Amino acid sequence: MCLSSSEPASLPAEDISTNSNGPKQDLLFDEDPEDLFAEATEEVSLDSPERDLLLSDGPSPAITPITPPTSVITPCIGHSLLRIKFEQFQTCFLQIEEEEGGDLFDMNISVSDPEKVGDGMNAYMAYKVTTKTSMSVFKRTEFSVKRRFSDFLGLHSKLASKYLHVGYIVPPAPEKSIVGMTKVKVGKEDQSSNEFVEKRRSALERYLMRTVKHPVLLKDPDVLQFLESSDLPRAVSTQALSSAGLLRMVNKAADAVNKMTIKMNESDAWFEEKQQHFENLDVQLRKLHASVESLVCHRKELSVNTAQFAKSAAMLGNSEDHTALSRALSQLAEVEEKIDQLHQDQANADFYLFSELLGDYVRLITAVKGVFDHRMKTWQKWQDSQMLLQKKREAEAKLQFTNKPDKLQQAKDEIKELEGKVQQGERDFEQISKTIRKEVSRFEKDRVKDFKTIIIKYLESLVQTQQQLIKYWEAFLPEAKAIS
Amino acid sequence: MMQEGLDDGPDFLSEEDRGPRAVNVDLQTDATLQVDISDALSERDKVKFTVHTKSTLPNFKQNEFSVVRQHEEFIWLHDSFVENEDYAGYIIPPAPPRPDFDASREKLQKLGEGEGSMTKEEFTKMKQELEAEYLAIFKKTVAMHEVFLCRVAAHPVLRKDLNFHVFLEYNQDLSVRGKNKKEKLEDFFKNVVKSADGVLVAGVKDVDDFFEHEKTFLLEYHNRVKDASAKSDKMIRSHKSAADDINRIASSLYTLGTQDSTDLCKFFLKVSELFEKTRKIEARVAADEDLKLADLLKYYLRESQAAKDLLYRRSRALVDYENANKALDKARAKNRDVLQAETSQQLCCHKFEKISESAKQELIDFKTRRVAAFRKNLVELAELELKHAKGNLQLLQSCLGVLKGNT
Repeated sequence: MCLSSSEPASLPAEDISTNSNGPKQDLLFDEDPEDLFAEATEEVSLDSPERDLLLSDGPSPAITPITPPTSVITPCIGHSLLRIKFEQFQTCFLQIEEEEGGDLFDMNISVSDPEKVGDGMNAYMAYKVTTKTSMSVFKRTEFSVKRRFSDFLGLHSKLASKYLHVGYIVPPAPEKSIVGMTKVKVGKEDQSSNEFVEKRRSALERYLMRTVKHPVLLKDPDVLQFLESSDLPRAVSTQALSSAGLLRMVNKAADAVNKMTIKMNESDAWFEEKQQHFENLDVQLRKLHASVESLVCHRKELSVNTAQFAKSAAMLGNSEDHTALSRALSQLAEVEEKIDQLHQDQANADFYLFSELLGDYVRLITAVKGVFDHRMKTWQKWQDSQMLLQKKREAEAKLQFTNKPDKLQQAKDEIKELEGKVQQGERDFEQISKTIRKEVSRFEKDRVKDFKTIIIKYLESLVQTQQQLIKYWEAFLPEAKAIS
Repeated sequence: MMQEGLDDGPDFLSEEDRGPRAVNVDLQTDATLQVDISDALSERDKVKFTVHTKSTLPNFKQNEFSVVRQHEEFIWLHDSFVENEDYAGYIIPPAPPRPDFDASREKLQKLGEGEGSMTKEEFTKMKQELEAEYLAIFKKTVAMHEVFLCRVAAHPVLRKDLNFHVFLEYNQDLSVRGKNKKEKLEDFFKNVVKSADGVLVAGVKDVDDFFEHEKTFLLEYHNRVKDASAKSDKMIRSHKSAADDINRIASSLYTLGTQDSTDLCKFFLKVSELFEKTRKIEARVAADEDLKLADLLKYYLRESQAAKDLLYRRSRALVDYENANKALDKARAKNRDVLQAETSQQLCCHKFEKISESAKQELIDFKTRRVAAFRKNLVELAELELKHAKGNLQLLQSCLGVLKGNT
């Protein structure tokens, strides 16, 4: 029993009916009481399949009504449903609980060989994504595909729409840069556009590694397809100025307003504490990031100024008419030239190791905060259902005294429906709370590991710089002493 | 070396700093006349230097004595040398630059105004740094004034100058006021005339190979030292900025360390401590480069200018001599005022020869001094760079050892 597996080349909005949670899906998956998503409901909007953080809702008309608890709905509803192979999907969810006892994480993804494809404003960079792995979820141990930047954004978009609102921290994709990309498109082969491409390549690599390190995301069919399949339909609605992009912006704005109006009774101190913790972390990391960016800038400046001084010292050495001093000054110029290269290398380490780590985490924490927000919205939904139920009950009580059997029956039906909804709302809330707890614990573990590993690497780069400096000055000292 | 933080009161020199420093030049200190700046006081808008003299010369009433002088009085002394025709054949030691605490004072003031917007720790930290910067500028200005006096004291002729002795001994205010507007304008025009003249004079090819070579050499050298001095300043400023960034990074890491609830808190605190220490070293590197490299170049910028001025005066004298010759020929031809022309010509000749003779020696000495100073400073620069790099390395490695051991 499967939906058509022929994949449409574009993302057809028209394929997705408002009833994607309808009876069709009942037949797709076996009931599995262990399945985390056994009774998750899904909100589906009417238009864009590329839903980013769908936050502007409330009891939206698109929300599916109560589904009987026996049906299993996965949160992966959407266009992607049309593409996946169901057995794979099924097993991936079954494996969620087994993640500890399952495959050890052994995977390495590299993004390389940026290549310009096309000309003019339609040009784009294609990157080679190579995966090396021994994990069983993959068919091969080593494979490559070509991907462009919008493909990465498309992947993130899909993952976000599937997982964010149930509490998973989905790593954010690297940021767009219209200026940077325009330079590349226009064909400027200069240092700044090379640096831009390298920055982006590195960011894409880190993004993919973070995504696959997430035990749930790794098994997602979209992720697998992204890594493995040589053809990937273009993700069109990732463009900033597309209608989907505009919808995203509207949603984000609406969300900001909503957030201010939700007053949640936090019964669980853990959440309050964690939210505060992430707030503080956000502030401090941003501050630190700014300082590190400043350091990168000054170090690059230092490199340039050292190079200029080296040239000047060489000139001075040339005009010096005392031979030994002249030679020593030329040596000084050479030392300074080597040191300028050292500063340049150190600035790169400052950036690629330290600064990018901080930038990544600032963005990650935004995703974390988003997940907490989703929990609040889930709570709100539950509360709204409860209030509505209360009202309906009151209305029904009143109707008891009138002679309107039809209306009374209708009221009773509505109440039954709402009761189910309230129960679902409570379950959703508990589910997302549970997921978030797990996710935060995993996130914090990763954070500790990441920071320790990368900062140690960074310190090692500093060690190298000092060792080189010692070498250069030790070579120069006898030259200086030789002046007579 | 550099002290951080103020000693009590604005008197910045500790015991170890007393005694001749003469950082930029290699001078023979001679028991017959030793001069140094033993103390200095920084007040609102002036610096008071205590000039200390030790001498066995009969010219002075005592063998050891001190007076207090201000910057304007150094300038007065320098200018009196420049204006003295007898000294036309010598390289006049360049005047020390005016003490400039404006930038530093401005920063301290800004800090005071911004006190409310930062935490107490940040404020104390920044204050300490700005005070250290102030102290460093102060020490530099003292050193530069001292070098000037030492150069004069070491010069066989200038050390006998009467104004110099008055400067050293007279324990009242010399009442030399800074130049007023009129005098500054006069100076300006003098310089304009001089440079216009300089162009004319430079065009005159010298018969003497030695001086011809020196002229070519000095012109080029002076320009290149100027460029090197400017570039070294820029380089050192970037270095200081980077050290400041590391300081801020250390503070942020410290805050993160105190806030974090995971394993990272100890980690961050350790790294913060490391960066605190390494940035102090980086700041020292910048300060030492400033002292040994930038100041050296600045000094030789001024000295090479003084040497150029000597060459100019000699060329001027040569032109005067040649003109006097021409005038004499004319006078002889017309047979009028011959005696006058002869005397004039003899005077010019004598002046020119005197200048040439002493100039030659001065320029040779200049080279010797220059080579010695560069050698001393480059060696010290390399040694300090090595010392700091090794210190840095040791800190980094020991911290890494701890961090890796704990993970």
